[in-house]
Amino acid sequence: MNPTSQHTPSQRPFPRREILLFGGLALVVLAVFASMGPAYATRMMVEAACYAILALGLTIQWGYAGQFNAGIMGFVALGGFSSTFFSIPVNHAFWASDLPGRLGWVLLAIVAAVALVFAVSRIDRLGVPRWLRTLVTVLVALVAYLVVISWLRSVTGDIESQVDFIGGLGLPVWLGWIVGGVLAGGIGYLIGHICLGLRSDYLVIATLGIAEIIKAFLKNSDWLTRGTATISPLPWPVPDPGEVGFVTARALYFCVTAVLIAAIFFLLHRAYHAPWGRMIRAIRDNEVSAAAMGKSINRRRQEIFVFGCILMGLGGAVLTSFTGIFDPQGYLPLNHTFLVLVMVILGGPGNNLGTLFGAVLVYVIWIMSGPLALALMHLVTALGGDWFGWQPGNLDSRALQARVFVIGLLILMVLRFAPRGMIPERIAQHD
Amino acid sequence: MPLLEAIDVHGGYGGMNILNGVDMAIEADEIGVIVGPNGAGKSTMLKAVFGLLTITGGEIRLRGDPITNLAPHKLVERGMGFVPQEKNIFPSLSVAENLEMGAFLKPGTVSRLKRQIYDIFPPLYDKRHQPAGELSGGQRQMVAMGRALMNEPSVLLLDEPTAGLSPRYMNEIFEQVKRISATGVGVLMVEQNAKQALRIAHRGFVLAAGQNRFTDSGEALLADPQVAKSFLGG
Amino acid sequence: MNELIYFFNYVVVAGSVTGCIYAMGAIGVTLIYSILRFAHFAHADMMTLGAFVVLLLTLAFPHAGDSLGLPTAIVMLPLAMIFTSLVAVGIDRVFYQPLRAHGVKPIVMVIASLGVTLMLQGLIRLFSGTGAESLYVEARKAIFRIELPGVTRPIIITEPQVILFVVTLVAVIGLHLFLTRARLGKAMRAMSDNPDLARASGINTKLIITLTWVIAGSLATLAGTLLSLDVAFKPDLSFFLLLPIFAAAIVGGVGHPYGAIAGGFLVGFAETLAVFNWSVLLRPLRDSLPSWLELPNNLALVGTEYKIVVPFFILIAVLVWRPTGLFKGKVI
Ligand SMILES: Nc1ncnc2c1ncn2[C@@H]1O[C@H](COP(=O)(O)OP(=O)(O)OP(=O)(O)O)[C@@H](O)[C@H]1O
Ligand SMILES: [Mg+2]
Repeated sequence: MNPTSQHTPSQRPFPRREILLFGGLALVVLAVFASMGPAYATRMMVEAACYAILALGLTIQWGYAGQFNAGIMGFVALGGFSSTFFSIPVNHAFWASDLPGRLGWVLLAIVAAVALVFAVSRIDRLGVPRWLRTLVTVLVALVAYLVVISWLRSVTGDIESQVDFIGGLGLPVWLGWIVGGVLAGGIGYLIGHICLGLRSDYLVIATLGIAEIIKAFLKNSDWLTRGTATISPLPWPVPDPGEVGFVTARALYFCVTAVLIAAIFFLLHRAYHAPWGRMIRAIRDNEVSAAAMGKSINRRRQEIFVFGCILMGLGGAVLTSFTGIFDPQGYLPLNHTFLVLVMVILGGPGNNLGTLFGAVLVYVIWIMSGPLALALMHLVTALGGDWFGWQPGNLDSRALQARVFVIGLLILMVLRFAPRGMIPERIAQHD
Repeated sequence: MPLLEAIDVHGGYGGMNILNGVDMAIEADEIGVIVGPNGAGKSTMLKAVFGLLTITGGEIRLRGDPITNLAPHKLVERGMGFVPQEKNIFPSLSVAENLEMGAFLKPGTVSRLKRQIYDIFPPLYDKRHQPAGELSGGQRQMVAMGRALMNEPSVLLLDEPTAGLSPRYMNEIFEQVKRISATGVGVLMVEQNAKQALRIAHRGFVLAAGQNRFTDSGEALLADPQVAKSFLGG
Repeated sequence: MNELIYFFNYVVVAGSVTGCIYAMGAIGVTLIYSILRFAHFAHADMMTLGAFVVLLLTLAFPHAGDSLGLPTAIVMLPLAMIFTSLVAVGIDRVFYQPLRAHGVKPIVMVIASLGVTLMLQGLIRLFSGTGAESLYVEARKAIFRIELPGVTRPIIITEPQVILFVVTLVAVIGLHLFLTRARLGKAMRAMSDNPDLARASGINTKLIITLTWVIAGSLATLAGTLLSLDVAFKPDLSFFLLLPIFAAAIVGGVGHPYGAIAGGFLVGFAETLAVFNWSVLLRPLRDSLPSWLELPNNLALVGTEYKIVVPFFILIAVLVWRPTGLFKGKVI
């Protein structure tokens, strides 16, 4: 590191770069307001704010601790499900039938089966040889699994055929947001517990896998989520457009997200300058010397990972509520994982302001690039048709693919030419 | 003209200077021995010669040609061999394959040279199909040296070839070094067993804090009471 | 007896097919890992790319294979292998090599490979659209039915499956001979063991890296094409391959090519067995079962829609109990 880049907080230079960049960003946003109208622009700003929450989650994991989470989509979907489940109206037909009772029994059976398997896995303490214990455990687990799963299948099948799906809880939506964060954090805890001690590549594979599994579960559990039939509309925590008009409603929603982001910033700032944050920075800047601080380094890494996942669950919940529809198939690795990645590495991994900047900038570009890509596709196919007789149909989906390509290229370019982002995090020396 | 010559070499790792002006020269068929306290920069000097770190000042010449900051594989082509202090074998390759890798640039000579190496280090012949990672420390040193010799080097750089060896193996290795140098190979070697090493050295270099403290023939250094007092343990 | 044939067709054959595909993919992943030390996430997309190139060539010359009596796609394989290898080497030169030169952490290389994944996916789908397409253009897949005496059900095996088994066998034996006999193959193992020493021995590490991409790219093309030939070419092939081939590479011990083969078959058979409906096998026993024990119609461990859970579960189990893999990979 260049020794002149050391700064103690008291002698920070005037943040000219930050002010210039944010000023430019404000101009861009104003231009969108002017050209696309306030309804469109407020929608874009709310979505950008939701993405900023996701990006802050990733910047904590990647920028603070070098953990790369490739499964943001899964945490987003989990948050989205939670906000949906808590906020949509109660399905009275379901609760009036005998199905809740039966579902309850199956859930009890699952708990009992887990307890049984766990107990059997301990019989080596009674003097049973270990190989026999393992064999018996596997057999018992297999049978218990098959029994429970067939009961579950029969109950969920009945739910689908008799009452469509179990409906929601009809509770305030923010409750669902909180639980969404908690659920995501729980999954993050499990994954982190398994993978954080291992090579960083393993975390990538595991998060990638868990995200697809969460999505597959939400997509195929029609009894719980209506699956591909989707759920809409989703209630908002503020008056919805029907009551106060699009612009006002969206502006109010934006205020809610802004408050959330401010709260997250405040929390991060406090934590960053507390002993916890100093240790985190020591881990990031110099893993070797941090390791000398003892075993708690793994605990800290675990905490960072879980905290990042909580933010992703929360951001996903807020985003899904705003979208107004819960469609498990709408969660895509491109939109909900890689876009966030681009935001973070472009903005400045580990730098909260940079991440916020990256989130808004990339989201604006992303939204505006849709029509652009389509126009470009028309041009290319016109030329391609003239020159090679290439006549692709379905231009919309192909334009989308052109954006996939560009996002990939963008990731590679940033890694190569601006690996520390537009607002780089200053890394101090600790020796 | 010396075979290998280092003039006022400066260099280090990432801005940190470890070598602050080292001079060295050996002729063909000579043994040069570098001794000095831990952390003096002995290994760093060998790495600098072999192009493994960037030299910021000074020059290195092979037979009069400047080779400063040449990439290692270029130096191998020019007949230089290097045995690092640690991680100096391919653990999952068999002994024979380790040797073959040494002659990677001269595939035609492999079988003849392998026979020569087995003559020099007979224990390796019995173990030739065993993964090198399963050998004892002394046998690994033999594999490491054998690998470097397979390229028929004219200059051999050895970093502590006797580290961790019993006195019997140590003497064995020194005997081999003598024999190798007698065939016209210049040997530059770092040694912790300073007294025994200086005994076979034509040239001795005592390094401390990245600089030559004493430079003389091996015998003269052994005889010098000051060297004995500060570097050879009385 | 019929049930056993059913089991053979739906488990032994199907499992071997998936196993071969996964094994060839996992070998590539593991080789790249052992030479370049990062998990190459774009590998499944290289498989898709290889198959896509074969599809394009087959569309261009649908009857090229007729005179040889082979499916045209097979005849086009060598060309596609060369092309995909060139693409792989090019990607390395343009995107990975500069990052390596900067000495970035492996995880940054992983992210770069995710970027390459998106680029390849975007490109392939841009040109192919999103639908499935058969690699048999103006031709029909040959299906062999082997009748056994005394049973009504035949053993069914298709032409692409036979070719797949032969090709896998040849590829694995060839790779084995290359790694143990050829000078460059040994140098490759040497570089995976100790890259610094390999350089100090005069091994041309750039050549080895190129060679690694060529082998990985060729195997990826083989696997992707033979899979598409057996089923159909789908642009989202990589989605179904990524997790299994990484699970296979990790189960086998990362950096361990023979382990990758074993891991591939393990994951392939695990998947097949998990989605197999076991009640079919138990049906003959139905009459002899006690009356209180009623056999459910569906005794599959997981539904096909949850197939992805199987490699994930194997992956997690290995990471928990044996992070070095069953065959002791080099690095964790
Ligand atoms: N790869 C490296 N990066 C940074 N500093 C290094 C590196 N290798 C060695 N050093 C530093 O360079 C100095 C000299 O190290 P060197 O290995 O040359 O010592 P040496 O004389 O060979 O010691 P020893 O007798 O213990 O082998 C030491 O202070 C060491 O900390
Ligand atoms: Mg040393």
